[in-house]
Amino acid sequence: MNETVGVIDPPSHWPSGKISGVPYWVFQREDVYAREQKQLFRGNCWNFLCLDSEITTIGDYVATHVGDTPVLVIRGRDGEIYAFENRCAHRGALLALKNRGQMKDITCVYHGWSYSFEGDLVGIAFKDGINGKGGMPQDFCMNGHGPKKLRVTTLHGLVFGSFSNDVPDIEEYLGKKVVPYVGRIMGKKTPVILGRFSQTLPNNWKHYIENTKDSYHASILHLFFNTFEINRMSQRGEIIVNDWGGAHVSISGTSGNGDVKAAYKTEQLRADSNFGLKDPSMLKGMDEFGDGINIQVLSLFPGFALSQIQNVIHLRQILPRGPESMQLNWTILGFDEDTPEQRLMRMRQGNMVGAAGFVSMEDGCIGGFVQRGTAGSSDVDSLIEMGGREADSSESRVTESAIRGFWKAYRREMAL
Amino acid sequence: MKKLDIHLRLLLAETQANYSRVIDNDQLENWPEFFEERCLYRITTAENFREGLSFSLVYADSKGMLQDRVAALRDANIYEQQSYRHVLGTACILDVQGDTFRSETSFMVARVMRTGDTTLFATGRYIDAYRLVSDKLLLTERVVVCDSNTIDTLLALPL
Repeated sequence: MNETVGVIDPPSHWPSGKISGVPYWVFQREDVYAREQKQLFRGNCWNFLCLDSEITTIGDYVATHVGDTPVLVIRGRDGEIYAFENRCAHRGALLALKNRGQMKDITCVYHGWSYSFEGDLVGIAFKDGINGKGGMPQDFCMNGHGPKKLRVTTLHGLVFGSFSNDVPDIEEYLGKKVVPYVGRIMGKKTPVILGRFSQTLPNNWKHYIENTKDSYHASILHLFFNTFEINRMSQRGEIIVNDWGGAHVSISGTSGNGDVKAAYKTEQLRADSNFGLKDPSMLKGMDEFGDGINIQVLSLFPGFALSQIQNVIHLRQILPRGPESMQLNWTILGFDEDTPEQRLMRMRQGNMVGAAGFVSMEDGCIGGFVQRGTAGSSDVDSLIEMGGREADSSESRVTESAIRGFWKAYRREMAL
Repeated sequence: MKKLDIHLRLLLAETQANYSRVIDNDQLENWPEFFEERCLYRITTAENFREGLSFSLVYADSKGMLQDRVAALRDANIYEQQSYRHVLGTACILDVQGDTFRSETSFMVARVMRTGDTTLFATGRYIDAYRLVSDKLLLTERVVVCDSNTIDTLLALPL
C-alpha cells in the first residue's frame, strides 16, 4: 500500500509501541473508525464469511459483511467458493437482498445488470440500445467493471475472505502454534449448524474483542463458570499468542486442585459463593475431543472467534457498526455424529452462551459499561499490565497477554 | 374448529396475564410456578424456528431449570437494572385434546432501563401447550419465538 492513510487529528497521543495501555479515543473517534475500515477490514486481514457447509450447491449464497462492506459469498459453477462486494457496478444497489439462499443467476433488481457467480459483470440490459438509439457508449467494456472480489480461503470448513492479495495464507496468519486448535474442534467430525443468533451491543467493537481475549475476567465476572468448576483460574491451562499478536488460543482443562477455593477466598472475590443448582443436568458434559480440555477460545484478527465451552461449540463474528455500536453474530455448532443424548446435552448447556447466557450474558453489557465509563476520558489510557507488558504466551491464565497481542497487531496494521 | 369452553378461555386469559405480571412486577420467584415439573420452556427466533434449528437462547426442560435461572438472575448474573412491560394479544387456540390444548399468542415486550431508556425490546409469539390441573392451567410447554433475530445487548429477564 503506497498511498498515505491520513493523519488522525489530535488529541491522539499514544506512546509509540505501547501495548500495555490504550487511550480511550481509540474507541471513540470516527476518523479511527474510518481508518479501521480501510486498513483492517479492507486491508491485509482475513475476515470470517461463512461455513462451506452453508453453500454446498452451485448458486447457494450467503450475504454477510466485512467491516461495513456488504459481501456476497457464493458457490460457483466450478464448485469453488467466490466472494465479492454485494454491490452492483452500475449505481451501487445490493445484489443479494436476503441473508442466504439460492440464485439461478445474479441479476440486479434495479436495471437488470447481471453477473457471473465469479462476480464478473456479464450482462447489461439494453446495452446496445433499441433500433440504433440509446445504449452504452461504444467504448464501454464490461471487463474490469465489477464489484471488488475477495480472496477466499477455507480452513476446516470455515470460509474466510480478504480484500488483500498480500495477506499470508491463513495457516501462517494464525501461526503454527495456534492452527492445530482449529482442527482440534472442526477437523475430526462433521459440523452442523444448530442455531444462529445476533446481538447488537452498545460499544465499540474492540471492547468486545478485548473481552474474547481476556482469560483474566472469566472466573470473576462470570460467577457461574467458577462455581461449577467449569473454569477456575487455578485449573491447568495456557494462553498461546502468535508472533504478531493477531491470533491467540486460551485453553483450560479440568484438574483436581485442592487449593482452588483458598485462592479465591484470599482475593475476596465474588467468584467464591455457595450458589447451587436445583437441576444440575444442565451442566452434564463429555470430554468430547478426548484431551481433557473443556474450554477453548481461539481468536483471529480482526473479528472472529471459535470457542468450546464444555460442549457448546460456537463461532462469533464481530462486525463494527460505527464507533459506539457493533453486531455480534453467533453460529452454534454440533456434529453430524452426535447421538440424540449428546445433542440434548448441547441444547441444555446452551444456557451458558449467547444473549441470555449464564456465562455470556455479562459480556453483552460489560462493553457498554466501558463505553459509558470512558466518555469524557479520551486522553486516559486503560491499564493492561496483568501478566506483564508484552504479548507473550503464558502458562498462566492470570494474564492479559492476548489482549496486548491484539493491540500489537492493531497498531501494526493501522500504522498507528 | 378448535373450541375451548368459555370458562377455560377466561382462565387462559387470566393465566397468561398473570404470567406476564409476575415477570413485569419483579416477582420472578413465582414465574416457574406456571409450569409443570417436567416442561419445556425455550426462547428462540423466527428464523431458527422456521428453519427447524432447535438450539435456543434459553432452554429448560424442568421446573428446576427455571428455578435455577431465577436464582442465577438474582445471585450470579451481572446486568443493568431493568424491567419489562408485556402486552399480549388474544390467544388463538390451535388444538384441543381432552384436558390439554395448544395455543399461539402474540406478545410485545418493552424494556425499561435504569437510565430511563425505553425500547420495544422484543415482539413475537408464545406457542403454548397447557394442561388443566385441578382448577389451574399449567404450561407443559412454552416456546417463545421472537420475530427478530437480533437481541439488544442481552436477554436477562425471561420473556
